[in-house]
Amino acid sequence: MTAAMYDPVRIRKDFPTLEQTVNGKPLVYLDNAATSQKPQAVLDAIDAYYQRDNANVHRGIHELSRRATLAYEEARGKVAGWIHAPDESEIIWTRGTTEAINLVAIGWGLDNLSEGDEILISVLEHHANIVPWQILAARTKATLRYLELDEQGRLVLDDLESVLTDRTRVVAISHVSNSLGTINPVKEITRAAHAVGAIVLVDGAQGAVHTRVDVQDLGCDFYAFSGHKLCGPTGIGVLWGRKDLLEAMSPVQGGGEMIHIVGRDESSWAAVPQKFEAGTPNIAGAIGLGAAVDYLSQIGIENIEAHEKEIMAYAMGRLSEVPGIRIYGPTSLEERSAVISFTLGDAHPHDISTILDMDGVAVRAGHHCAQLVMKHFGVSATARASFYLYTTKEDVDRLVDGLGQVTAIFG
Amino acid sequence: MNSPQLSSLYQQLILEHYRNPRNKEELDAKTVEIHMANPVCGDEIRLQLRIEGDHIAEAKFVGSGCSISQAAVSMMTTRLQGAKLVDADALAKRFTEMMHGDEIAAQDKSLGDLRALEGVSKFPVRIKCALLGFDALQEALKKEVGDVGGELH
Repeated sequence: MTAAMYDPVRIRKDFPTLEQTVNGKPLVYLDNAATSQKPQAVLDAIDAYYQRDNANVHRGIHELSRRATLAYEEARGKVAGWIHAPDESEIIWTRGTTEAINLVAIGWGLDNLSEGDEILISVLEHHANIVPWQILAARTKATLRYLELDEQGRLVLDDLESVLTDRTRVVAISHVSNSLGTINPVKEITRAAHAVGAIVLVDGAQGAVHTRVDVQDLGCDFYAFSGHKLCGPTGIGVLWGRKDLLEAMSPVQGGGEMIHIVGRDESSWAAVPQKFEAGTPNIAGAIGLGAAVDYLSQIGIENIEAHEKEIMAYAMGRLSEVPGIRIYGPTSLEERSAVISFTLGDAHPHDISTILDMDGVAVRAGHHCAQLVMKHFGVSATARASFYLYTTKEDVDRLVDGLGQVTAIFG
Repeated sequence: MNSPQLSSLYQQLILEHYRNPRNKEELDAKTVEIHMANPVCGDEIRLQLRIEGDHIAEAKFVGSGCSISQAAVSMMTTRLQGAKLVDADALAKRFTEMMHGDEIAAQDKSLGDLRALEGVSKFPVRIKCALLGFDALQEALKKEVGDVGGELH
C-alpha cells in the first residue's frame, strides 16, 4: 500500500469492535495506548487454530501437533521480522512487556548485580519499567538512579555522561512514553551506556506499535513489547535479547519445555529460546500476534506512522483551540508519538472521561501507570487520547465536541 | 448538557461542593486519621476525625480527586460534625446501600443532601469514587471501636 492510498475509513472496517454504538453514539475509540482493537484477520487466525489445529507444541508426533508447532514457530519468525531481529531464536514469548522486563530484571539482574552497582531508569517510565528494578535493587543492594524530565516531558540528557558511571550495569528506558508520547533517543542513550559497559533494555510497549523498530540499528541488548497494543491478543508478548546474553542467563521458571535432560537432583536446560518458555505456552496468542504482524506489514508501518503524524498534527491543532486545556509532553510533533495527555480547566480527568463516554468517545483517565510523570507535572491524573491506524479526523472532531460538553458542565 | 444521565450525575449541588469543598483542611486535634486511595485512578483522601466519647466532635479531610469523590466526602463531613458514632455508621451504611442501587435507601430523607449523589449509582465505574470517603469513615469507626474494645451503640 502506498501512502496516498491510505484510507483509515476502509481500515476501520477490518475491526469488528469499531462498528458499534456506545451510549447511542458511534464508538470513537481513543484508548489505543492502553490496548488496540483487533482486526478480523487476527480473530480468524485464533479461531482457525482452535477449530482445526489445536494441539500442544514441540511434544507431539501427530499431525495436529505438527501443525500447531509450525504455526507457533512461524509466528516467532514474523515477530522477529517486525523488529528486525537477526535471529528468530532470540525471540522469547512472554505474557507481555511486564513479564519480559521482569524476566531480565530477575534472570539477568540477580546474577550480574551486586552491592553498589547502579541501575539507571527514568522518571518517564511506566510502572512496569520501574518496579521490577526496585525489586532487583532491594535484592542485590544495587542503587536505582533516574534520568530526569524537562518541562516538556523530555529526558534531560545533558548530564547523561555524569549519571552513567563505571558502576552502571543496566539502563532501562522506554522507546516511547505511554503517558506523554515522548519519543526517546534510545540509540544515543544506548551508545553512551555501552561506553561505560552497561547493558540496555528498551521498553518497547509503545515503540513497537508506532514506529519502525530495528533492534540491530538501535544497538540495544533487550527489547520488550506486548502483542495486545499491536492489534494482537492479550496475554502474549515478546522479549528480544542478544543471543550471547540470553545463553548466559539463568532460567527464571522451571518446568516442561525448558529442559534438556532431567535428573533426580539436577537438570540441564534446553537451548534459547525454549530455556525461558517453561510450560505450555500461549499458542493461540502467539499465532494471533503473528497474524497481527502480517496484517500490519501489509499496510506498512511507515504508512501507519505517516497517518498517525497527520492525525496528531490535526489533533494538536484542534485541541489547542479548546479554552482551558493544558496539553502535556513535547510541543514538537517530531518528538512525540500518537498520544495526547491533557487536563481541562477544573474538570477532573475522570469526569472528562465519563462525559466523553456518554458521547461514545473512549479516552483513558488516570495516572497511566506513570505516577512519577504525574508528580513531575504536579497533577494526580490526566485524560489521555491515543490514536492508531484506524483513527480518523472525524474521531478527533468528536473528541473536541465532547470536550465542549465538559466545559458546559464544569465551566 | 443534552444527556439526562449526565444532568442527574452532575447536579449543581455536587459541582458546588467540588468547587467549594467544606471542611477541607488539616485537623490538628484529630484522634483518628484514615488514608484511603483508589490505586486504579489515583483519587485519595485523608479523613481526619476528633472523636470524643460516643460522638465525632470534628471531621475534616484533605485530598484530591474527581468531582464525585471530593463532593461526596465534603458533604459527608458536613453531616459528621457532632454526630454520634452510631449515627455516622448508619449514615455510611445507608449511603452505601443507595450506591448499590437500593431504591428504598435512595428515598431515605435521613441521607439529606447526599441524595444528590444517587445518579452515581447508574455509573458503575464511578461508584467507588462516591464511596471513597464513606469507606474511610467506616475504617475510622472500626479502628475507634477496636481501640476501645467495644461496639457502636
